[in-house]
Amino acid sequence: MASSKPSPLALKEPEAERRPGDNEAIASLVNSVADTAAPDMIASEPPSSKRLVVDAQNISLTFDTADGRVDALSNVSLQIVEGEFVSFIGPSGCGKTTMLRVIADLQRPSAGALLVNGMSAENARLARSYGYVFQAPALFPWRTIEKNLKLPLEIMGFSEIDQQQRVERYLSLVNLTGFERKFPWQLSGGMQQRVSIARALSFDPALLLMDEPFGALDEIVRDHLNEQLLQLWKSTEKTVLFVTHSIPEAVFLSTKVVVMSPRPGRIIDIIDCDFPRDRSLEIRETPEFLRIAQRVRVGLRAGHSYDE
Amino acid sequence: MRHPWVERYAPLATTVLVLIAIWYIAAIAMNLSLVRDAFEREETAYTLTDLISGTLSAERPLLPAPHQVAAAVYDSVFGYPPLAPRSLVYHSLVTLTATLLGFVLGALLGIVLALMIVHSRVLERSLMPWIICSQMVPILALAPIFIVVLGALGLHGLLPKSIISAYLCFFPIAIGMVKGFTSSEPQQIELMRTWSATSRQMLWKLRWPSAVPYLFASLKVAITISLIGAIVAELPTGAEAGIGARLLAGSYYGQTIQIWAALVASAVLASGLIGIVGLVERGVARRMGAH
Amino acid sequence: MDPRKLRLGFLFAAGAIVLALLLPSGPRSPSLLPSPAIWQTTACAGLLFLCAAWMANARATAFGLAGITLAGGATLAMLRDPAIAGSAGTGFWMIVIAVWLAAALCVVNLAAMRPLRTDRQNILNILVPLLFGAVVFYLWEVGVRGFGVPPVLLPSPSAAAAKFASSLPTLCTDFVQTFVRGVLIGYAIGCGAGLLVAILAHRYAFLGRGLLPLGNFFSALPLVGIAPIMVMWFGFDWPSKAAVVALVTFFPMLVNALAGLSASGHIERDLMRSYAANHSQSLSKLYLPAAMPFIFNALKINATLALIGAIVAEFFGTPTQGIGFRISTEAGRMAIDMVWAEIALAALAGMGFYGLVALAERATTFWHPSYRT
Repeated sequence: MASSKPSPLALKEPEAERRPGDNEAIASLVNSVADTAAPDMIASEPPSSKRLVVDAQNISLTFDTADGRVDALSNVSLQIVEGEFVSFIGPSGCGKTTMLRVIADLQRPSAGALLVNGMSAENARLARSYGYVFQAPALFPWRTIEKNLKLPLEIMGFSEIDQQQRVERYLSLVNLTGFERKFPWQLSGGMQQRVSIARALSFDPALLLMDEPFGALDEIVRDHLNEQLLQLWKSTEKTVLFVTHSIPEAVFLSTKVVVMSPRPGRIIDIIDCDFPRDRSLEIRETPEFLRIAQRVRVGLRAGHSYDE
Repeated sequence: MRHPWVERYAPLATTVLVLIAIWYIAAIAMNLSLVRDAFEREETAYTLTDLISGTLSAERPLLPAPHQVAAAVYDSVFGYPPLAPRSLVYHSLVTLTATLLGFVLGALLGIVLALMIVHSRVLERSLMPWIICSQMVPILALAPIFIVVLGALGLHGLLPKSIISAYLCFFPIAIGMVKGFTSSEPQQIELMRTWSATSRQMLWKLRWPSAVPYLFASLKVAITISLIGAIVAELPTGAEAGIGARLLAGSYYGQTIQIWAALVASAVLASGLIGIVGLVERGVARRMGAH
Repeated sequence: MDPRKLRLGFLFAAGAIVLALLLPSGPRSPSLLPSPAIWQTTACAGLLFLCAAWMANARATAFGLAGITLAGGATLAMLRDPAIAGSAGTGFWMIVIAVWLAAALCVVNLAAMRPLRTDRQNILNILVPLLFGAVVFYLWEVGVRGFGVPPVLLPSPSAAAAKFASSLPTLCTDFVQTFVRGVLIGYAIGCGAGLLVAILAHRYAFLGRGLLPLGNFFSALPLVGIAPIMVMWFGFDWPSKAAVVALVTFFPMLVNALAGLSASGHIERDLMRSYAANHSQSLSKLYLPAAMPFIFNALKINATLALIGAIVAEFFGTPTQGIGFRISTEAGRMAIDMVWAEIALAALAGMGFYGLVALAERATTFWHPSYRT
């Protein structure tokens, strides 16, 4: 496909940021089908005055299965600056969830160096530097919404008064004031997931790690929650790492999209999105949005994401 | 990389060895005063080793050592011809026949009742609550009545014991099978209806296959209850044969080791029966597509 | 139910009543006519059955039930006559058949009803088995007294109830000995120890992998056989029975609690790990609450096992009191009515104990999906 037509990415794009050497890098990627990307081509921006929240160098993770060794992650390097909203997109098995779990110290890499908030991943976890939102709300059914929000606060030793204030503040942030005494099964899936997000924020972590949080919800609810999540990000100014396999969702929410592909799990492309912070769902029909989405799709194809 | 067998069996083997070690220590500790008194009564001098070896080989110990029990079991099983009254094999067979007869009867009755309940709404609403209530009642306490009443009617030996065993295992099987027959998903039932399946076809092609896991689960429970029932049934009238009879005799005459040997026999029976049900279950499951 | 069959059924019942009024009800009394109260009641019952037959719909049940009460009461009153009791005549049995038929029709009718309101549904759920049970007890009563079955073989419910009422002091001491001392103490020790060991086995996976197969193995054994050994160690009195109960309840609790502690999903476990929670925090906030349904399952199973264990342990020998002791000795003496009274006591104790545990379960595990459907 690529060698006969000029790459669509060779067109001039005034809106999307271009890094020097990008065109050639992406075009060569698209053309070289069997290539495994060399790490230094995928370096992101040189660090600015903002501090590095995640600094990953050549992270690899292999494990043995009944069918042989699987390279879940292969030489993944990534740098994420404070305040960014970074989406990881790719098909199943590309390592995006694994990467998130490695950053969260829920899994140990086989090789590579990782610094989260300036310390090792394990110390970052022990210092409670991040809140994790899973694919399922994971609310405890024997606790009310209020008590569910207090769960991390109880473990981390916050005072009673502090706990109560945080519960009120974060429930209002996700627009669920008044549901304190309800039980999780009395709420819809979307509302439960909002509680889960509020719970992840309740102890003020520096990072928010989200693993396909809206995957189980229907499209309309998902759109609504996407808008709410952006509002949240604006008001709390956290760094968000967001795993998804929906291209529109990734492009809509992020300041940076990391495109990954499977077998072995690696980064194919890193795309900066420069939409204004105050975006609404309507930008999904603008040409710039479609061009970035197209670039994501090209990256996915280059990484054989659409093959069997 | 450890060998998978080591992974699987090391914890079990270690725990068993530790428990046997604890058993030996307990045997020494508990029989100590007995042995010491015996020595002092005979006014013989004794050393520590004498004491310890004495605790591990006492004739009527408070807690027999594992090797004593093993020796007693070995003697009772191989020391006499299988059908001799002192052979443990003989007593086990007596209890086993009552268990199996009661189990088969109870299982058949339980399944038939479950079928009737599933097909009749009236029976389900009037009978099921009573069956569930009966689970909370200590039915085993009825064993003596049964024995006495049936004895008054002239029935002795195998039949009353089997009736008690059947009665005990019939309820868990009925409940388990009702759950099993009603465990088919609504979507599967509706699918059968779109094919105009008759009630009979639904029974054989859908309900029975869905009920198989429940069948084997309740059969395992039922066979253990049946065994307990057969043992307990031997107690009231002082029966002369069977594991329960051996337990009773051992307790009357203070023959501790005999009691332990009978317990080992009942354990072997119980695990053997469950093992057989488990093997049948695995065979059926493999034929039904499980891996 | 098919209205024609319903009508036919009630007509048969009414017909049986008519026959009863004409046929002799005992070996010496020619018919019911001499005793006015009884034949009037019976005739009323017949009329009610006729009304039910005429209506032949769901409301016929009310008439049917009224008729059953009247006719049943009449037969029970008739049994007071020593001439009838023991050798009842065909007339008597006609009334019994009428009651039986009408009751069956009422049960079928009630069972087929599907009211929309849940409170009416709940009433029916209790009424149908209760009616069924009442009829069974009625038939038992008239059968035993009408046929003159020797009480040694099978006493009538009324005789058993009378014996129960008259032996309350003995029953009380037996209850305290077996239940309060043997069952409750053993149950507390066994379940408590099982839970503690399960928590340890969950914490130290090596221990868990070794204990779980052993726990499964011992759960299946006839552990009540250990009673004579416990008697040897703890004496004849209640401590040996409590020891048997403790042993019998230990293994099911161990197996179930271990399964429950391991039942938390891996997402919830990752969540606790992301909070850097230590093991005791995870235990109290995640593993134990999630294990409650399993623990209560074991508590319910153990409630019955404990009672059985205590009673059977008493079969092996006990001082002078206890339910098991009383059953075995009275059975040996052929005082079957006392045995039935003790069995009724054991049944009440068993159901009460199980019911209390079930109530506690509902209060603690109200959140479980099985309560919400």
